[in-house]
Amino acid sequence: MAHDSGGKSFELKAVLRDERFWKIAFQVITLIVVLVLLSFFLGNLNRNLLQQGRAFSFSFLRNQAGFSIGESLIRYRPNDPYWRALMVGLGNTLTLVAGGIALTTVLGVVAGVASFSKNWLVHKLSRLYVGLVRNIPLLLQLFFWYFAIYGTLPRPADQISVLGLAFLNNRGVYIPWAGSAVLAMLGIGATVGAVIAALWLWQWRTKIRIETGVGGQAQTIALAVLGLAWLAIVTVGMNWTIPEGIEGGGVAGGLRLSREYVAALTALVFYTSAFVAEIVRAGIQSVSKGQWEAARTLGLNAGMVMRLVVFPQAMRVIIPPMNSEYMNLTKNTSLAFAIAFPEMYSVATTTYNQTGRPVEVFVVLMATYLILCLLITLVMNQLNRTVQFKER
Amino acid sequence: MTSVTPDSFSSAPPDVVALGPVAWAKKNLFSDWFNSLLTVVIVAVFGWGLLRLVTWAFTTAQWQVIPNNFGLFMTGTFPARLYPRIWALLAVICGLAGVSWGVLGRNVSRLFSRNVLIGLAAVCAFIVLFPPTRPSALKLLPMVALVAGAAAAGRQVGRKFPAVGKLLSLAWFLSYFVALWLIGGGLGLTRVSTNDWGGLLLTLFTAVSGIVLCFPLGLLLALGRRSALPVVRWLSTAYIELVRGVPLVALLFMGQVMIPLFLPLGSRPDRILRAIIALALFSAAYLAENVRAGLQAVPRGQNEAAASLGLNTPMTLGFIVLPQALKIAIPAIVGQFISLFQDTTLLSIVGLAELLGIGKSILANPAYLGRYAEVYLFLAVIYWLFCYAMSLGSRKIEEKLNTDH
Repeated sequence: MAHDSGGKSFELKAVLRDERFWKIAFQVITLIVVLVLLSFFLGNLNRNLLQQGRAFSFSFLRNQAGFSIGESLIRYRPNDPYWRALMVGLGNTLTLVAGGIALTTVLGVVAGVASFSKNWLVHKLSRLYVGLVRNIPLLLQLFFWYFAIYGTLPRPADQISVLGLAFLNNRGVYIPWAGSAVLAMLGIGATVGAVIAALWLWQWRTKIRIETGVGGQAQTIALAVLGLAWLAIVTVGMNWTIPEGIEGGGVAGGLRLSREYVAALTALVFYTSAFVAEIVRAGIQSVSKGQWEAARTLGLNAGMVMRLVVFPQAMRVIIPPMNSEYMNLTKNTSLAFAIAFPEMYSVATTTYNQTGRPVEVFVVLMATYLILCLLITLVMNQLNRTVQFKER
Repeated sequence: MTSVTPDSFSSAPPDVVALGPVAWAKKNLFSDWFNSLLTVVIVAVFGWGLLRLVTWAFTTAQWQVIPNNFGLFMTGTFPARLYPRIWALLAVICGLAGVSWGVLGRNVSRLFSRNVLIGLAAVCAFIVLFPPTRPSALKLLPMVALVAGAAAAGRQVGRKFPAVGKLLSLAWFLSYFVALWLIGGGLGLTRVSTNDWGGLLLTLFTAVSGIVLCFPLGLLLALGRRSALPVVRWLSTAYIELVRGVPLVALLFMGQVMIPLFLPLGSRPDRILRAIIALALFSAAYLAENVRAGLQAVPRGQNEAAASLGLNTPMTLGFIVLPQALKIAIPAIVGQFISLFQDTTLLSIVGLAELLGIGKSILANPAYLGRYAEVYLFLAVIYWLFCYAMSLGSRKIEEKLNTDH
């Protein structure tokens, strides 16, 4: 390049022809455009906020909220500060997410596996469910469950009793529940712990059996003990209270799930399960046919083939998209606000309406949902790692 | 759960065995005790449910709310004296749809096969028999005729000038602005305030606008995320992940409140425009991920081959990689469009009178107190028809573009 004494024009041309130059230039230009846009928008925001006399600050979170919230996990009074009201909303969102994920997984997997059923009715029902539910907006389904189904339940005076164990009326659903909140947490904790421990024990047992050919008797006994301990905690330790219908309407004891919560949960579970069912179906279909045939040759029956051979392999295909379905479910809980369930988004909207601080409230909201989604991704990635092929 | 091997993997054609109804039932419903139990339980539970539904639909339900408010459902509070403009818009769309159908189907031997004729007859019968559409039958029947006629004409034209297919996308693009003009007025037509846009009209308008706007943005974001340039990649990734982590309701609501804050003092875009922007910004992030999956599925050899032919990066992308990637991504993209269409219902939360919003306002009318099930079922049918049609269309396009025979 330097040989040519012809001047700068040639050098400039050489530079313009150089791909490396363009790579850097393109990045610089993109960065400048984004920065200019950002500074334009943020500058406007700053000016607009100053105009309204509200500089960006989170100090309002310590002010008294002054509104009441229908249901909450933690103790809350209207004269508590805003941050506490937001915590109540977060708690309600979490109950919806937890119930939703648990039920969606069960219903979705059942519906997905059902599409392979030999029974014509079961197969058609699974397809009908998926085709129907996926093509109707969630919000419409939410309204339908809340107004047209749970809204038409009888008044407390004529409530429906399900075998004397649960009650339904237009105020909500009453189910048996642990004697106290602490005991309930203990029960849930014990269940989660038992499931994790059982999975771990099972893997350990499989590993021992593969590597040494020993039966893994000790682990089987440990599993049995674990199961018995869990059963004891859940049946006896939780001091179950069963709801009882009161003469003339109303229910005493048990746990009341509000109509809003039940409707939101039903709609979310039915909607998300249809997507999970398709994911499960695709996962099972991805297992090659030879696996079915080989397993059948070994004398396993159809149910065992599914459980022992096909499903564990399908898990590899199923888990990654399940992550995004769980995230969708988490974000969709915000729709429960439309039927007045006081979840995170609903409380945040009230907070915004009272304080007139859209930017701060939005930042809080965004951070909350991002953290929730991140947590789900972390757990799912961990799960994914355990089912992936271990290449040695 | 009793299960069988998935059929889709058998490479040999299945043996076709004609079965009598009894043998069929024995094989498919009562093959063993478990299946028999399942069949009995399902028939009992769903039979009971269906019976109750049918009894409700024919005795308790008061369907009058649907025909009485059909106009509201379709166009909201759009002024009745300007309805001819909506009819004109429908005619434009029907004509274009017919021509497109004819041009695309120019190579099939018979455009109006038996199934198509049955379908057309069913539509006509529906228009004449379904109470809410009966008063408009005199306008709707010519629309059906228009579709059929335009299809026949389009087929002839398409055979003579195969290049006309390219003009079609341009025509569809222009029709969007014609629609905007017919709905909103201006340029010689009476203006209609966006407050009077509503019902199915608004649902379709926002959905189409959202789709049109989110597509280029989503494409850019997907390319950005796959880019070798770190700055571009980080920016795209940050945008996609941030937007995907937030619920749409929050984005829509804050879009209504915050878009004016982000713009210079005093400028306040229209409510519907703000909603469309929020919808498009949201969908673009999801679309980008679908396109990215498509881009990842294109083998690297394609890039290398293009480079060895001397194509530069934009040409490689535009001629080689993107067409293949988009083809792979079609099912996912259509799925995204379907969910965008469904997401327009959230506009009712921010106070727009789209289909669901109109439903809510009708239910707030004391005359129709408690008619929830009727209204919501009717709306569900409309949404279902549109979404199902879209997924059906995507399957057809997929078959058409499938080049690996």
